[in-house]
This record gives sequence, C-alpha cells and structure tokens, in this order.
Amino acid sequence: MRSRMIPERMMLALAALCVVMTGGTVDAKVYEPESITLANGMQVVAITDNRVPVVTHMVWYKVGGADEAPGETGLAHFLEHLLFKGTEKVLSGQFSRTVSRNGGDGNAFTGYDYTAYFQTIASDKLPLVMEMEADRMVNLTLDLDEVASEREVVLEERRSRIDNNPGSLLSERTNAALYLNYPYRRPLIGWAHEIKALTRENALAFYRKWYAPNNAVLVVAGDITMDELKPLAEKYYGVIPARAVPDRKRPLEPEQISARRIEFSHPQVGQVSWSRRYQAPSRFYGETDQVMPLDVLAEVIGGGATSRLYRSLVIDRKIALSAGASYSGSSIGPGTFSFYAVPTEGTSVEALEAAFEEELAAILRDGVDAQEVARAVKSMKASAVYARDSVTAPAHAVGQALAIGRTIAEIESWPDQVGAVTQEQVMQAARAILDTPAHVTSILRPKPAS
Amino acid sequence: MRSVIARASVPFLVFAALLLVRPGIAEAIEIQRVVSPSGIEAWLVEDHKNPIITLSASFEGGAAADPDGKEGLAVLTASLLDEGAGPYDSDAFRRKLEDMVIGLGFSARNDSFGASLQTLTENSDEAFDLLRLAMTEPRFDTEPVERIRAQIVAGLKRSENRPQTIASRVWWRAAFPHHPYGRPSGGTVESVGHVTTADMKAFAGRVLTRGSLKIGVVGDIAPERLGTLLDKTFGTLPESGPSTPPVPAKPAAIGETFVVQNPVPQSVVVFGHRGIPRNDPDRFAASILMEIMAGGFGSRLTEEIREKRGLTYGIYAYTLPLEDAQMIMGGVSTRNDKVAETVGLVREIWAEMALNGPTEEEVRDAKTYINGSFPMRLTSSRPIAGLLVSLQRDGRAIDYLDGREDRINAVTMADLKRVAKRLFLADELTFSVVGEPQGLTATAPAPEPRS
Repeated sequence: MRSRMIPERMMLALAALCVVMTGGTVDAKVYEPESITLANGMQVVAITDNRVPVVTHMVWYKVGGADEAPGETGLAHFLEHLLFKGTEKVLSGQFSRTVSRNGGDGNAFTGYDYTAYFQTIASDKLPLVMEMEADRMVNLTLDLDEVASEREVVLEERRSRIDNNPGSLLSERTNAALYLNYPYRRPLIGWAHEIKALTRENALAFYRKWYAPNNAVLVVAGDITMDELKPLAEKYYGVIPARAVPDRKRPLEPEQISARRIEFSHPQVGQVSWSRRYQAPSRFYGETDQVMPLDVLAEVIGGGATSRLYRSLVIDRKIALSAGASYSGSSIGPGTFSFYAVPTEGTSVEALEAAFEEELAAILRDGVDAQEVARAVKSMKASAVYARDSVTAPAHAVGQALAIGRTIAEIESWPDQVGAVTQEQVMQAARAILDTPAHVTSILRPKPAS
Repeated sequence: MRSVIARASVPFLVFAALLLVRPGIAEAIEIQRVVSPSGIEAWLVEDHKNPIITLSASFEGGAAADPDGKEGLAVLTASLLDEGAGPYDSDAFRRKLEDMVIGLGFSARNDSFGASLQTLTENSDEAFDLLRLAMTEPRFDTEPVERIRAQIVAGLKRSENRPQTIASRVWWRAAFPHHPYGRPSGGTVESVGHVTTADMKAFAGRVLTRGSLKIGVVGDIAPERLGTLLDKTFGTLPESGPSTPPVPAKPAAIGETFVVQNPVPQSVVVFGHRGIPRNDPDRFAASILMEIMAGGFGSRLTEEIREKRGLTYGIYAYTLPLEDAQMIMGGVSTRNDKVAETVGLVREIWAEMALNGPTEEEVRDAKTYINGSFPMRLTSSRPIAGLLVSLQRDGRAIDYLDGREDRINAVTMADLKRVAKRLFLADELTFSVVGEPQGLTATAPAPEPRS
C-alpha cells in the first residue's frame, strides 16, 4: 500500500511507476478499456486480461480529502475506514471476512481527489463482492462504539505514519506552506486534534453528500469482458437511484510572491536531507498543456542515475549522495514539481543548495539537450509496455484517471502525447514553473538527543 | 496529488508467507523444465500476451556469510554489480539499461543472493548479455564503489535512529548473540567502510556459481531460445564454489522483555520466538494456523487488538524460515500508555491458541483463503518468476503446485491442535519495545551492539 507521506527517494520511484501506470504502448494503445454508463449515471469500465482466473474489482468515488470542510480534516479517510463497519445485511467486520473467506483480498484508500475500495478475487466470485460493495454505497449503519474505536485506530495510524516519522512531519508542514489556499495544504489523514473531534454524524453527513452511483466509477480488470460485466453492473449497481451530488468547488491559489523554507531538526534523523517543492500545473489546474512537457522534464533532469542532476551533483562534483526530481500532475488541483538531494559527508546543506541553484539556473538559461529529450521520450514510451503486465495496476491507473475527470481517450492517447513533446515545450514549461517563487525548501537535520 | 492513504496494515506479511505459507492450485500456470545444451536448468512459464521476459535467479550464500567486521559485503556487492561491467563504465552501463528500459538488479538476503532481469522481447539479447557481464566481469571502479558505499552509509544513518530499526536490531542481537543473524545484515557505518574491492571480487567469484544456481523465467520466450540464452548468460560461471553447510542456531533470550527508552509518541514493538523448519511435515498445518492468527482482517491478532480495542493501526506476524534458524516474528505499534495492555494481549492470544487450537469455522475459512488466493499471486510476471525460484530452492518437484490444495485440505483438526502447541509458545515470546511505554517492566537490559 502506498503511504501518504512519501519519502523523497520513494517519490521518484512512484513518479516512475505512475508514468508507467498511465503509460502506453508503441502501437498507441494502453490498456484498451471498454466503458459504458449505466442509466443512473455510474460509469462502468472493463479491462480484459484473462491470463489468470482473477479479477480486481474497484469502486472509485469522486470525493477525497480536498472536499472536506475546514475544521474537519481527515473526514474522507475516516469515512473510508468506517465503510468496513457494516450495513444491515453485512455486519461490521463481515465485509473483509467474507472476501477472505472466499479466497480474496481487499482494501481501500483515500486520496485528496478520490476514495477507492477494491477486492482482488477469483473471477467467479465477482458477483459476491459487487453485491456487498453496492450495498455499502448507500446502506451504511454506524454504531457509536465502533466509531469511537475506529477513531483510535486512525489516531494510531497517524502516529505510525506521521508523528513517529520526522520526514513525514516535515512533509506535512511543507504542504501546508506550499499551498496558500488550496485544500492540499491540509493533511490527508487529518490534524490530530481534528481527527479526535470527528463524529458519527460528520461521517454520515459526508457519506450522504458524496456517495452515490452517479459520483462513482466501477472498474473491473482481469478475467472479465464488458459483455459479462454489463449485466452484473446493472443488477447490483444499476438499481441504486442517482441523487444530487454537489459540485466539487475548489478554491484557487493566489499569486505566490515569496519563496519559503522550513528547517526541522529531530533526534530520530540520522542524515541531513534537502528538498524543494514547486507548485505546478496539473491535468485540471493552470496551464494544462505543460503537463506532458513537465513529465519529460522531470525524467531528463532528475529521473535516474544518468539524469542531469545526478550526473552533475553526485558523479561529477561529488557533493551529493543522491539527487533527483519528480513531477506529479495527476490531480484536480495544483501539481508539484519536486527536487531532492542528500549532501555528502563534509558538504554543508547550504553548499549543496547553492550548487543546485547553479544547475537549475544553467538549465533555465541554456536549456536541455534535444537528444536528452528524445532519449527520455523514447524510454518513457517503451517502459509503458510493462504497465500491461498486471491485473491490479491497470485498474488503479484507469480508475484514478477517471476519478479526477479524465477520459479514456486521454488515457489511451498517452503514447502519442508523450511522443509529441518537443524540446521547446519542455523548456517553456521549465521556465514557467521553475523560475518563480512558488516553492518551499525543506531541510531535515539530525538533532542530538538532549 | 497522487498521495493516498490505505487502510491496510500487515506490511510485512507477504515477505515470509511467500516461501512457506500460501500453497494452492496450479491450474493457472504451466511450468516447463528447460535444460540448456550445456546442462543449465531453468523453470519456465511461457506467456506471449505481452512482449516482456522476466527472469529471477538465486545463488546460495548471502549476508550471513559476511566476515566479522565486514558486515555489509553482500549488500554492497549487490549494489555494485550493475554499476559497470566489461567494456562499460558505470555511466555507460546505466545508460544502456535506461535506453532499452531493461530492469536489472541484484539483491542480498541473509541466506541467498538474487539476480533479476526484466526486458522487452526486442531487447532480450542485449539484456541477457548485460546480465552476463554484470555477473562475470563486474568492474568495481573506484568512483561507483565510493559513491554506492557512501549511499549505503547514508541509508544506515538515516534508519539507525528509527524506532522500528532499533526494536528489530535489539531483538535479533539478543536472540543471536554469537550467530551472524544477530548482526545487521546491511552492515554498520563502520563495517561497510572496511569492505574492499578485493572482498567484493572474491565474494562474486565465490557466490555466483552454477552449483547453487536456481532460475525462473516468465513471459514471451520459447524453451529453445531460452536454452540458448541460458548457456550464453550463465555458461561461463564457475561450476561451484566451496559450500557452507548450515550452522543450526537456537535463539537465546527466551521470554524476555527489552525496553529502549526513546521519546516517541507511539511505542514500536517487535516480538518473536523459534518456529519450525522449512521442510517440516507440519508446515501445512502451520500455514493454516498462521493465517488464522495473523492473516489480516478477520484474524485473531487484528480482530482482538485493532478491531475490538482500537489499540493499533497494524499488527502482524509471519513465519521466517531462515537457513540456520526458523522463526516466527511479529510486530505492533501503539501509544505509550497502551503498550503493556497490547503486549499482554499478544501473549494471551498466543496462549489461547496453543491451549484450545482454532475453531472449525476458522479452519474452514483459512483453508478456503489459502487455496483460493493462490492465483492472485500469479497476476504479474515478477512474483511468478520468484515462485519458480523458491520452489527449486526448496527442492520441490516440478508438479508440486498440483498437490498443494490437497495437502492443505488434508490437514485435520487434530493436526492443528497438536501443531498449535508446537507453534505458539507464549512463554517463549520475547518482546523488544522502543518508546516510553508505561507500566511495562523490562526483564533484562537491552543488549549493546557487538563490538
């Protein structure tokens, strides 16, 4: 399972994974999903791969942490936990138990823009999980004691993920600084004091507001065809009436006029590290035509051991142990373009930052090499073939893209999109994003235990 | 934002379960034995849906064989084999891998050393040749050696103050004061500094041999072509090196509780005791019992400690059948004022299972899960390749998977009750706690690192 606060090194790996996951093949097709819409407005998608008699069944709701009202951070995630606490038909705890009793695995996760529930199970058990998932779309009943106990679980989760981990604490504060007005500034898991105040009524109100078939996407991948899926979807999900769901009103960011920095020292930290996050456009925010060029830019300047930053700072100048960049533009709100570096023994983090600034200035002044762009584009396109070697990963990639409002045509044209990126576009996007004060620099330092 | 939080717990379950715990049906895959003209064997699952070939290989000998004072040798070597070989320096080698989108890597575990390769069919000649070069002509140039060494040292520094790392190290140090398992397998800041290029060359020559080689291949390749590539890739490895017989070791520090004071809001707990051997006839019963005890939601640990009481986000336990010692390990994190209660509950749940065994319903559900979930491991190439290797390492017949379901179903309630007493030894559980736990008394001081 992906964790919410991703260490910088993993972030890079994740970025690469997402390139692959939303990626394409050389013949300009990616997952070849089929899509229909039920009469009640629920989108239904089948991705066929019948090598193994297994399906991944996912329901994505178009609601997430960024849709919470101020003061109730963590509510979308808390509700996700509570969806396992039962309906009149499927009592608390029985959902997971029934899935595993039938040889399946399941779970759920919450993002800023979506909440998803999934099971992977033998394909002949698909109707069973569809019936239970449809049931909890509208029939949740919540016991007060269960809510109280699960709140403790979520607080333990927060302690495990954030409070016991200085890198996560810093990352949480970095986002709070990077976004001045957009809800991505709030922690997805919630601030501890606000989690403690979440009630059964809060959760049910959020549930009734957002959970509806017309606000959900069903994705089934694996040993399934649309001909098989359609009647099942109609039977289990098609009978749930549509209901009015609010527009997702998201605020805009004001102009950023000054860069910020955050330094954090903690006894648990054994190694200094440096990172910088820029606000960037995304698929639905700002200059959306910069998204593909930024993907390529991240690959060229910070995508691996032959990237510009790694070669310069790590191999040639020997002032960094590692260095790289990543871009995340798959969101409704602003994206991020991030850099990270770890100084070598004997290099101050200030000297490393100065060297990074020099490199960045040189890139913005002189541009990236056309050959490097061509090389990155070629390998990004080729790597996309690997995305098909899985049942669950395509379901995740397609569901995530649809949940934020993209179309199947856009997902499938990814190879063409990346193939069309030019050096000029890359540099135009680089100058538009990286030559601004819309960034936060974060430094994590050891602190001798007192 | 791509960030997500998942509801899952049980982070490490898969790690150990892979080797022992999840048998099942084999209808989903057909395994072929491929023997090359020069006699190199690989197990192959042919699959031409995607133009991808995936290979996994393992050799005997891992971090446990690192000489004292040079802990980290295996890990460092693994990180350097793909940093330049034959005519290619580090940059040229990495560039070839990236340009052809070839995934090539090596990994060191306690008892084994692994290689993995994933390539598009169209680049497979080059990919297998890069694997050959990495194994037979690694360069160990000074620049990458010092760069990777510094990265590993930084990684050790980064993790050494983490409560999870401290809890785990204390546990293993106490259990194996004189055996290599008591050392951090990745080495220490000091020991990694002592590893020389000559050490790494000797390690590669000793470990990368045909004698202990096991290979699994999945994907877009016919047996004849694989045979040719096997000879080209592995044919020049030496026949075998000096083998190191297992040195069976029994864990010490039985039934202890260690506490390391650390100012964190949530204590991190690692626990465990001895387990049963990899080839023990009771291993099927054990896998059913472990599923009932620690198989995520619905299992005893998660139900009692997370679902009923809200004491933790995640509790896990797994079998760890190492070469020289077989273990059952687990872990949990909980706020400081709940550690004593949580540790007490683990002991009680352990003891209850040993005393009364599982219920009929639990057994039925666990058998269904173990058998039914098996195909889910076969939905992408890498885990299948890994499975092919572990079957060979464990000395299984090529049709072994065909009988897995029957072997699970054949386990009786009497077997389970008997094995539960063998498997869950509440009095032997040793806990290592890092945090500021309240109301929990240490039974002995936490052991200091070996000098």
